[in-house]
Amino acid sequence: MNYSKGLTLIAAGALLALGLALQPAAAAPSGKPIRIGSTLALTGPLAATALVHKVVGEIFVEELNKKDGLLGRPVEWIVKDDQSKPDLARTLYEQLITVDKVDLLMGPYATGAILSAMGVAQRYNKVLVHHTFGMPSMAKYDMQFATWALGPHPEETFTNLLYDALAKSAHPPKTIAVVTSKFPSVHFLSVGAREVAKKRGLKEVLYLEWEFGNKDFGPIASRVKDANPDFIWVGAIGLEGNLLLDAMKKIDYAPKNHFYLYPAPGPMAKSPEAKNALAASVFEEHPPFTNNPVAKAFVEKFHERGAKAGLPDTSVDVQAASSYSAWQVLTTAVTATKSLDDKTIAAWLKKNPVDTVAGHLRFDGPFNYGDDLMKVKQVQNGHWVVVWPTQFAAPGAKLIVQ
Amino acid sequence: MNLPSLTLLGQSLLSGIFIGALYGLLGLGLSLSWGMLRQINLAHFALAFLGAYLTYQLASAGMDPLATLLVVLPCFFAFGVALHWVFARFAISPFNSLLVTFGVTVIIESVIQWIWTADYRRLESHYGDIKFRIGTLFVPLPELLTLLVAIALALGTWAALRYTDLGKALRAAAEDAPIAAAFGVNERALAMLLSGLSAAFAGVAGACLALSYTLAPSQIYAWVGVVFAAVMIGGLGNPIGPLVAGLVIGVSEALTMAITAPAWAPLVSFSLLIIVLLARPRKF
Repeated sequence: MNYSKGLTLIAAGALLALGLALQPAAAAPSGKPIRIGSTLALTGPLAATALVHKVVGEIFVEELNKKDGLLGRPVEWIVKDDQSKPDLARTLYEQLITVDKVDLLMGPYATGAILSAMGVAQRYNKVLVHHTFGMPSMAKYDMQFATWALGPHPEETFTNLLYDALAKSAHPPKTIAVVTSKFPSVHFLSVGAREVAKKRGLKEVLYLEWEFGNKDFGPIASRVKDANPDFIWVGAIGLEGNLLLDAMKKIDYAPKNHFYLYPAPGPMAKSPEAKNALAASVFEEHPPFTNNPVAKAFVEKFHERGAKAGLPDTSVDVQAASSYSAWQVLTTAVTATKSLDDKTIAAWLKKNPVDTVAGHLRFDGPFNYGDDLMKVKQVQNGHWVVVWPTQFAAPGAKLIVQ
Repeated sequence: MNLPSLTLLGQSLLSGIFIGALYGLLGLGLSLSWGMLRQINLAHFALAFLGAYLTYQLASAGMDPLATLLVVLPCFFAFGVALHWVFARFAISPFNSLLVTFGVTVIIESVIQWIWTADYRRLESHYGDIKFRIGTLFVPLPELLTLLVAIALALGTWAALRYTDLGKALRAAAEDAPIAAAFGVNERALAMLLSGLSAAFAGVAGACLALSYTLAPSQIYAWVGVVFAAVMIGGLGNPIGPLVAGLVIGVSEALTMAITAPAWAPLVSFSLLIIVLLARPRKF
């Protein structure tokens, strides 16, 4: 009897051990993968920044699959190269929906391609969460959700935030030059900056526009030098800011106070001429942003993966943070609704805010936008640090106005 | 409307001369291969940027940016020779050369992006910090070097084509290859030499680009339109023409930007091209 009981116990123990060994890890996703489709400008003029979004997407999906996936299923990200061409993005989104039959969509990079993707998403009633849309008032589709947290009217809200910061400094500027690229998502904000400046009593001493793709910034630099404003708003995108700074250096001119709308963050921070340059951001690599453990882990991972991908600058800023936030928003909504149904996801997002690394995002305002979460950052000691509003400023950092 | 100051006009004029010199330098090899070899070599721009990236890479490793030409030029010369061998081997027509070299451009762009990524690269060299002051005007050294190199290469090539036996043989082969061959001119060898030289000129232009500009693979295409305009205005196969036309375009654009809205500047080069095409269509 005892012998038999002993055998039974051993057998039960063995079965239990076998059962535990065979049981999949609690976090491992299983079943048919959930396919998320998107395009990115992997080649062409926007490729430099789009690479950031590719690295972010890969990090997020990899982390997701290491845990329990999405709804317990693994996630497969299908990303196609739209070659920085909005028309190609339109075709590829069509292909993602009709040929690849993806379950969900993620937005492409940059305003033009997002507008194209939005049109396709609307035609097929798909939710489109996107990360880099610069013209909120053009986001008419009911089931699109932006994580580039500009708010519905950044031409007023952000420009006022910037001028507030300058006005409260020890040396508030009295004269302003607005020089801007005619790139659409840049131009409308620059026009807003001009109008708000006038309302606030800043004297405009120069207003210039150039075509996107301009190569010779010498004459523009000379005109800025001639006007010598207290503050210059540079409606620049990508390298344009650096090109203007280079041109100003060549004529021995350093602007007193200067703001760049969408600069290439790495090259600008490294440029000695960009000392004290200002820009907009929702996230920089310092407290209070990195107090969020998810954000902190993401920053570390991005450093590692960005270096492997050959990014010369692996800092997490507004681009990477908005991109990560887009993935957070999409997966949070799917998890909360336990559904892949686009209408269900969209309805949930309109009612529920989502906490992301970029902040608390709402989608219940005009054009599905919430608050303008942009902050003012500045190049200090070769790094970007947020300086305004002060509650988001890097420890010890203060806005420097000359 | 306030009148622009003399300093503004002078500095803008200089800026126009400098960028015009770069247009001319980029156009030199293109004009020679188009006019004398009947190859519309779009890959010239990609080669120039490959040269710029190689300059960046070698200079970042400690070489003087100008000394990098000792490495880049022989490699590019060999590439140009090889490219022409392919063109000759497969008897590629002028129109097809446009398509083939566009393909080569895409391949070179992909190689650049694969090696250096799509992110921006900036060569930090001591040349960039040097500038000369003439009264109220500033003359930056990299741009001055570009101007001097563009003038030297254009005049040197012109003189070589006009006064040396080799140059005369090249011109004869370009004019009528069978007749030149009947007079003992080795047309195939000369064509390879010219193709190699054109590619080497792209390497020189690349070094100048690296000294003055931040690099990105997609920038390859930003120069195509205006340099084509300079080459066509300057006359195909004419070594001095692209430089002169480049200077005219550069100065016109710069003064437009200094006096009126900078957004009007791109209209200048293409308006000039249309006017020249209308005024002397037989040249093309």
